[in-house]
Amino acid sequence: MGLKALDYETLNENVKKVQYAVRGELYLRASELQKEGKKIIFTNVGNPHALGQKPLTFPRQVVALCQAPFLLDDPNVGLLFPADAIARAKHYLSLTSGGLGAYSDSRGIPGVRKEVAEFIERRDGYPSDPELIFLTDGASKGVMQILNCIIRGEGDGILVPVPQYPLYSATISLLGGSLVPYYLEETANWGLDVNNLRESVAQARFKGITVRAMVIINPGNPTGQCLSEANLREIINFCYQENLVLLGDEVYQQNIYQDERPFISARKVLMDMGPPISKEVQLVSFHTVSKGYWGECGQRGGYFEMTNLPPQTVDEIYKIASIALSPNVPAQIFMGLMVNPLKPGDISYEQFVRESQGILESLRRRARIMTDGFNSCKNVVCNFTEGAMYSFPQIRLPPKAMEAAKQAGKVPDVFYCLKLLEATGISTVPGSGFGQKEGVFHLRTTILPAEEDMPAIMSSFKKFNDEFMDQYEDNWNHSRM
Amino acid sequence: MCRSTVTSMCSNDQEHDRDMDITNKILMNRSNRKLEEEVHTSTRPSLSVQRSATQRYGDGTRQDMTADPEQNTGIVTETCRIRMGTIWPYLEGIDAKVDMEQIHKKISLKVNVKTISFNNLYPPLLIPLFVSSSSSSSSTMAPPVTVNSINPKVIECEYAVRGEIVILAQKLQEEITKNPEAHPFEEILYCNIGNPQSLGQQPITFFREVLALCDHPSLLDKSETKGLFSSDSIQRAGKILEQIPGRATGAYSHSQGIKGLRDTIAAGIEARDGFPADPNDIFLTDGASPAVHMMMQLLVRSEKDGILCPIPQYPLYSASIALHGGTLVPYYLDEATGWGLEVSDLKKQLETAKSNGIDVRALVVINPGNPTGQVLAEENQKEIVKFCKEEGLVLLADEVYQENVYVPEKKFHSFKKVSRSMGYGEKDIHLVSFQSVSKGYYGECGKRGGYMEITGFGADVREHIYKLASVNLCSNISGQILASLVMSPPKVGDESYESYTAERDGILSSLARRAKTLEDAFNKLEGVTCNKAEGAMYLFPRITLPEKAIKAAGEAKTAPDAFYCRRLLTETGIVFVPGSGFRQVPGTWHFRCTILPQEDKIPAVVTRLTDFHKRFMEEFSD
Repeated sequence: MGLKALDYETLNENVKKVQYAVRGELYLRASELQKEGKKIIFTNVGNPHALGQKPLTFPRQVVALCQAPFLLDDPNVGLLFPADAIARAKHYLSLTSGGLGAYSDSRGIPGVRKEVAEFIERRDGYPSDPELIFLTDGASKGVMQILNCIIRGEGDGILVPVPQYPLYSATISLLGGSLVPYYLEETANWGLDVNNLRESVAQARFKGITVRAMVIINPGNPTGQCLSEANLREIINFCYQENLVLLGDEVYQQNIYQDERPFISARKVLMDMGPPISKEVQLVSFHTVSKGYWGECGQRGGYFEMTNLPPQTVDEIYKIASIALSPNVPAQIFMGLMVNPLKPGDISYEQFVRESQGILESLRRRARIMTDGFNSCKNVVCNFTEGAMYSFPQIRLPPKAMEAAKQAGKVPDVFYCLKLLEATGISTVPGSGFGQKEGVFHLRTTILPAEEDMPAIMSSFKKFNDEFMDQYEDNWNHSRM
Repeated sequence: MCRSTVTSMCSNDQEHDRDMDITNKILMNRSNRKLEEEVHTSTRPSLSVQRSATQRYGDGTRQDMTADPEQNTGIVTETCRIRMGTIWPYLEGIDAKVDMEQIHKKISLKVNVKTISFNNLYPPLLIPLFVSSSSSSSSTMAPPVTVNSINPKVIECEYAVRGEIVILAQKLQEEITKNPEAHPFEEILYCNIGNPQSLGQQPITFFREVLALCDHPSLLDKSETKGLFSSDSIQRAGKILEQIPGRATGAYSHSQGIKGLRDTIAAGIEARDGFPADPNDIFLTDGASPAVHMMMQLLVRSEKDGILCPIPQYPLYSASIALHGGTLVPYYLDEATGWGLEVSDLKKQLETAKSNGIDVRALVVINPGNPTGQVLAEENQKEIVKFCKEEGLVLLADEVYQENVYVPEKKFHSFKKVSRSMGYGEKDIHLVSFQSVSKGYYGECGKRGGYMEITGFGADVREHIYKLASVNLCSNISGQILASLVMSPPKVGDESYESYTAERDGILSSLARRAKTLEDAFNKLEGVTCNKAEGAMYLFPRITLPEKAIKAAGEAKTAPDAFYCRRLLTETGIVFVPGSGFRQVPGTWHFRCTILPQEDKIPAVVTRLTDFHKRFMEEFSD
């Protein structure tokens, strides 16, 4: 008998091509070490609850009540749940057709989409149409659906920042498209240079690629920068001139750690620019319940909002969404709660503010401890984390370390990260998983380990790093001066 | 043959506003794919090309022109390129010229063909032909995501369960909400989708108790909780939380799903089948549909790859195959023998596909059947397993209706059990079994929980499946917990056991009664025959329509069964899905009706349908 359909040789080549570093070699090695009994500090995935962050109480109360609606009829329900949670649970159940156990509209529960639209309007100052908002099982599913609609074949290119979140590279190779990289400028705090963009597009076109869309991640993952309004304008202008769909990954919009750099949505800037641009540039913006001070990764809740897409295209996207029947309903409720939070005067309001502010302020302090910690290490430089959940220090590896990596058959930053893992139990993701300029090496950590553990983690990192550098350095450092 | 949809959008010519299909003689040649930018930016000194000109039209069309009138020779390698609603032809010679002139006639553009080939250059440089038009100029371009420029595979796939009839039903619903008098019926009766809880089916209390406790674990620390929750639900939730690292139900899990829950599911499979199951073979997914997509993603490399699918079939399969660019190879279920599956027909279809150059990679079997409701006999399953083994096909077993069996003479047997009982092990057959929390007596559609159990795959393949799963991080945790619960419900002696069995049996016996009532009602209708609903949640009656009705459908440019369903909806508010959405033997017509409306609604469905059918048959009697 010949090869069977699922023998390795006959698998879809696009599947083999996919790389997904966040759960790659380092993660697998870390899991092995953990099984062997070593204490591992997982900083590889932006997964706050796994590292001890507690869920916000109010949304969990509401969803628990929606799961068990018979509690609402129990006279003793008030012993366990506050009145505003009970009221809110009734509200969401009334928006569903059949509670949490029924498929919703494939685009999401209409009432929740309305709450999302109201949130966007409050945030941006421009009205938003619920019909153009689709709820999804996490933002990743939304990104996949949209890219599936855009990519027709290898001749279609998507501009993606480098370094980038590997969801984009993985999805583009899965769909058989071409990733067109544009480089973020590390020396300008990971700023985005439009000249760079132009060059990337010209090069791609020279290779015969039709560049169709541009991805921005704002705040940046893994780079942590927030785009300025001026920069967003340039980007939108560029998309207008080059006829690109702008895909705005804005899942970290609540994670802002520097007051002088607030989050501004691409949609607001687009609307501010006025016609013809505001009427023509096509934009899809993504959001999630997994990040922010919510961190409800396990719920898989998200949405995307489409601006300036023609109705026929929206219909096609609806059709694709309908094949998956509907996004999961509990997460839709979480999304509703996130975009329509408690108001002053509500019974649970104070607790809600205390919990959410506590998380954000601690993240802000942790971002600072981490950046400073990295910058105190030998041959390490790190931009400040203005937003998101990551620190992305550059590791300047001495030639001897590169040589040792080569002999071990590893990419230099993978080599470094594996050594770090073995020595300290800190599980990071090598920069090569996100893409970086040639000859430059990084690693990504999340800023999520518990605050009280942070000083110990950073000092164990410093000890490892400085010893590593001493071991491989010789007099290399002197010649660099 | 390459079929391309060409749309011209020039605003001053009505002719251009419609889509046209043009069949070109030459396949798109990807290696020769070149864009105008190459010409624009090329600095090759040997080119004496007249540089490009760009025209932009008010409707958003852009046309770029480049030519060298001196060098009008060459050989064809590529036909036309479609982009942003504009024709982008690249030509090198005579044959293409002929084709292009046909295009020219069809879309009434004034086309000048100038072709050049620089055979001494590598890669060969191709110059786009002139497409000129008298449209007025403006500075706008077509936006990148129009329906003409999105992935054609997206447009090709169809999904009837939520198709035209359903959209019409939603519209009628809105009209009734605004004005209860708007239509001759008070409510829409949804018999189109297997969504039981939207029609009033109650969830299993025990499952929901556990989910609520897992969603809000601090309840477990309060003494009042004992007054509101059953003791075994508290115990179970505690056990599940212990299986979740950090008790964090808000964290991404392992991409295959939480290990402890997979252990529970494996134990449940083992108890069901009497053969061992390995938790590492289980991938938890957001409902069964993403699992099916994942397998298609893995199997389908191009349109040369075929998947054998039953006809009639659940349109998830046709849609997913289309989306991944593969070929659906149909095999027909035999309506005359209660939708039986004949292995001889499978063989015949496989041979036909092979002779057409299709590499058939997998066989989909839906058991119990959707939309057909049959439950396969064990002997039949053995033949199927043997066939897959002999032909090296992956067996994709859609077993989401495994709890929905309504006749005492039939029993559900998983394909895993059948193949193991034949002595076939890991090495003999690639088998994937899909299960969901959306069906059965639980009907928890909104939770999007499900899993697939994959057996017979090498470690290297499994790694890639894991990688695909990890791109989406993980499936939702509530759904994962629920999947473990449906595979390990309360047992004899547990506090909730009695209420659980009462709820379960109440739902299943009511479904059986509803199935029987509807089946009998269908069989009483003139020209309608309906097989027994042995399982699943659907009836799929066949309807013989009068010639006149078929003619009227033709005039309305719709399939006859869709015509019938549309009329039924607008006159009675009953929503069926036309058989054409599931495919059927050509020339036969069906519709799919779920057995899910609550029992007190069934008489209304029957009366309204019977009255309508009489009127319809009278109106169109030959």
